[in-house]
Formats: sequence, C-alpha cells, structure tokens
Amino acid sequence: MTGIGKGSGPDVVFAAKLAEGVFEIQKCGGCGAHVFHPRVICPACGSADLGWVAPSGRGTVHARTIVRRKPDKGGDYNVVLVDLEEGVRMMSRVDGIDNDRLAAGLKVTAFVGKGAGGEPAVVFRPQGGAR
Amino acid sequence: MSLRGKAAIVGAALAGCGEAHGKSSMEITIEAVHGALADAGIALGEVNAIATCQPLDMLSGLTLAQELGLNPKFTMNNRMGGSSFLSHTLWAAMLLELRLADTVLICYGSNQRTASGKLMTALGLPTYEAPYRPLFPLSSYALAADRHMTQFGTTREQLADVAVAARAWAQKNPEAFMRDPLTREDVIASRLVSDPLRVRDCCLVTDGGGAIVMRRVETAKDHPRPPVYLLGGGEGTTHRDISEMADLTVTGAAQSGQTAMDMAGVNPADIDVVQLYDAFTINVILFLEDLGFCKKGEGGAFVANGGIAPGGHLPVNTNGGGLSCVHPGMYGIFTLVEAVRQLRGDAGDRQISGAELALAHGNGGVLSSQVTNILGTESTL
Repeated sequence: MTGIGKGSGPDVVFAAKLAEGVFEIQKCGGCGAHVFHPRVICPACGSADLGWVAPSGRGTVHARTIVRRKPDKGGDYNVVLVDLEEGVRMMSRVDGIDNDRLAAGLKVTAFVGKGAGGEPAVVFRPQGGAR
Repeated sequence: MSLRGKAAIVGAALAGCGEAHGKSSMEITIEAVHGALADAGIALGEVNAIATCQPLDMLSGLTLAQELGLNPKFTMNNRMGGSSFLSHTLWAAMLLELRLADTVLICYGSNQRTASGKLMTALGLPTYEAPYRPLFPLSSYALAADRHMTQFGTTREQLADVAVAARAWAQKNPEAFMRDPLTREDVIASRLVSDPLRVRDCCLVTDGGGAIVMRRVETAKDHPRPPVYLLGGGEGTTHRDISEMADLTVTGAAQSGQTAMDMAGVNPADIDVVQLYDAFTINVILFLEDLGFCKKGEGGAFVANGGIAPGGHLPVNTNGGGLSCVHPGMYGIFTLVEAVRQLRGDAGDRQISGAELALAHGNGGVLSSQVTNILGTESTL
C-alpha cells in the first residue's frame, strides 16, 4: 500500500521499481480500479488505499504518431498511447516494428527499456516478437 | 442565478499582430489595452479589475497592474492555456453582477515570433510522457487526430479542408498574416511533422495582442460602440496530459458548450458565427462535434469541401483563425475580439450579414481545458 504520509510519494516509488527493472501499476483497495500514472488517491473513488500490482504487460495500441526527424538527428521515431489489459492507458514507444506498419489495434507487450535520455522506461514490442 | 445578459464587452482592440519588432510581450499587451480603452471611451483609472496570463511571466497579472499604474480590486491571473481569457470573461461577469468591480479589463500579448520564432511556453513534458519525446504540444494533437481517423474514418483531405477554409477567410481579412492562396493539395504536400499532422495543419507563430473591456449591463450603453452581451459561458477540464484524456475523440467542449448554450438559452442552429481556437486542424473538427454543430464522428464531412469556408454552411473563424490570421500563443482572446467585430458589423469583407449570435471557444493545454462563451447583440437579450 502506498498510503498518505507513509514515506515516499507514488512517483518516487514507481521510479525506484522501474530502476530495478520492475513495472508495476497501482490498484485501488477501495473500488478495485487499476490506476496509472501513479497517484496519491484513486481518481475513480477517492480512496487512499492504493497498492502496487504487476500488470500482465499486454496491451493494445490506441493511437500512434510518428515524429519526423532528419536522419542525421537520429531519424523518425514513434510515440503511442497503449491501453493495458487492466484498463489504464499510458504513453510509450513500440520497438521492433517499422513505423509505417504501426497502427491502432496492434497487440503489444511491455518491457522495461530505456527512454530518450537513457533512463529506465516502459517500452512495448509487438506480441509474438518483432515484425 | 445565471450570468445571461448581466455584462457586456464595451471595448475591444488588437495590437502588434504579425510581427511587432522591438516590443516585449507586455508592451504589445499594453498597446492592445490602450486601444480597447479608447474604443470603449473609458479612462484607465476607471478599470478596477484586471485579468491576463502570459506565456512566460507566471505573475503577469501583477506585471500588468504595475505597467498600467493600477491598484485593482481584483487581479486575475488564472491560467488554463489559450482558453484562459474566455474563463476570465465569466469571472468578470460574476464580479460585475456582484458589484465587486465596475470595469474589468481582459488582455493578452506575446512577441513569440520576433523573440523566438517558435511557440513560447514555460511548460515542460509531463513526467510520464517525457521518456518518449512527444513534440509539445503537436504530438498530443497528432494522437487525437490519429484516433479520430481510426475511429470515424476522418480523412487527410478533411483535415486539410480546415486549413483551406481558414486561409479563404484570411484572404478577406487585411489584418491576417497569411493571405496567399492555399489548396488542399498544398496542405497535404506540406512537411510531415508528427503523423498525421503536417506543417499546414499547425497554427502560425506570430506576435500579437488583444484586449477587451467589460461592464455591467446597466452601463453597457454608455460607450461609443454597440455593446456585445455575454449570454452564456461554460468550462470543461478533462485532463492535463494527453495520456490522461479519457476519450481522445471527445473534448471538454461537450460540457462547456452545453453549459454555455443552456445559460444563453440557445441551440447550435441559432448561432450565426463561430470562432474556435484552431491550434491544429483536428481541433476544429473535434469542437464542431462536441459543441453540437454536427454529430460525433461527422466533423470531417462537416468541414469538407468548403463547409466552413466563405459561402459554406457555417462561418467558422472568420478572421482566418490561428491557422492563417494570428497566433501569438494563447489565442483565446482573439476569438472574443473577432466575435465582437462580427456582432458590431465591423468585419468588412468578411462580415456575416445580420450576425446577432456568436460562439467563441477557447482551448488550453493539449485539448485539456475547453471554455465556451455565447455572445450576442442587444436584440438577443
């Protein structure tokens, strides 16, 4: 349980888990809703009884954009919104797929990879491996 | 209690639109204030409540008071992005109705084009989005556009037609920044920035400022120009970050528009002219749907083939909008000034004949804050 007034806030807890290679989201003990991004109280019911759970990691691309960048600056990259099976949405990136084949509806699986600055970040790859 | 018809805009002005070389954002703002006070025939010292928010000055309300030499009874610095000024009008109407203030000034200005050449903002990327480097704010709108296309079959051509319509209106407005011809093909051939949005789907980066002065209905006619009455207003705040928007295809305009129209006692079909914050082409499609001008998912068809251009079925963004007229960042104030011009009959070649009811709508953040104002002439009271 995260709890009000008990140690670090949920952002720090989430980041510490991620640094250990662990991706967890919150689940509300009050109403059962899954919560992401991490919060102090449940946005569905207001309860402060938010615990950490491991999501299945499976999700579906809800929307995508390809940011266009010159090759000498690193080239194009994708930004997606993924709906996790648990019912929460998050921004991320999908690795292991050509950007022009990336579209809403693609089934993806989460892993702890690296963000733009080399920091630990939740990233996705297509379910069933790269394509 | 309703705010319907309790307050009116009695002065309005623009300043520094396009390029205002050698001027600070606050200097442009003050020029607009000077113009609005002259338009209203009001002395500076009569102003006893002020509202503003500026891109980089977090205490811009205080700066404004200082630069005007005022000690206002109320200083409003509430910022929700480009929608802020349409919220300021609602607070102004409340202050006026409660007789806590008598003359309220609402203003904005930015020198972002000549100072930086790009959108000036104090905002950074949200914690849970930063690792993926979305372009701020463009990629957020691109995600909403992508979803709208997936879900409703909205087309690239329909998005382009929003920009084409804005340009056609701008060609009727001598104050507009971009007045060259623009075709659907031009928009679709413009540089991709963040799929599906291209350069010509994006609002301009210009300098510019705007100001309005509001007074109570009882004193609204004590001024040189016809008053423009605030008939209704409403807000909707659904998120801050695009990853937290519950439905990428439904904005808070559904709430703000309904609240505003209920207060005003009008329906979308009654509105003569519409001014929407068109930061990106997708905005116009989303807002026309959410405000009830067409059904959800039918916004693409509504704007296609000149639907909102001169001669179309609904005049939208008659000044040319943020896409072709002026966009110094937080554009909301310009929706109000253009609505005032249309309702006064001052809009020249782009005047909508007999316009009596206008809708002005501001957007803030990344589709995050939506604020709607319904404005009308005396005949609508």
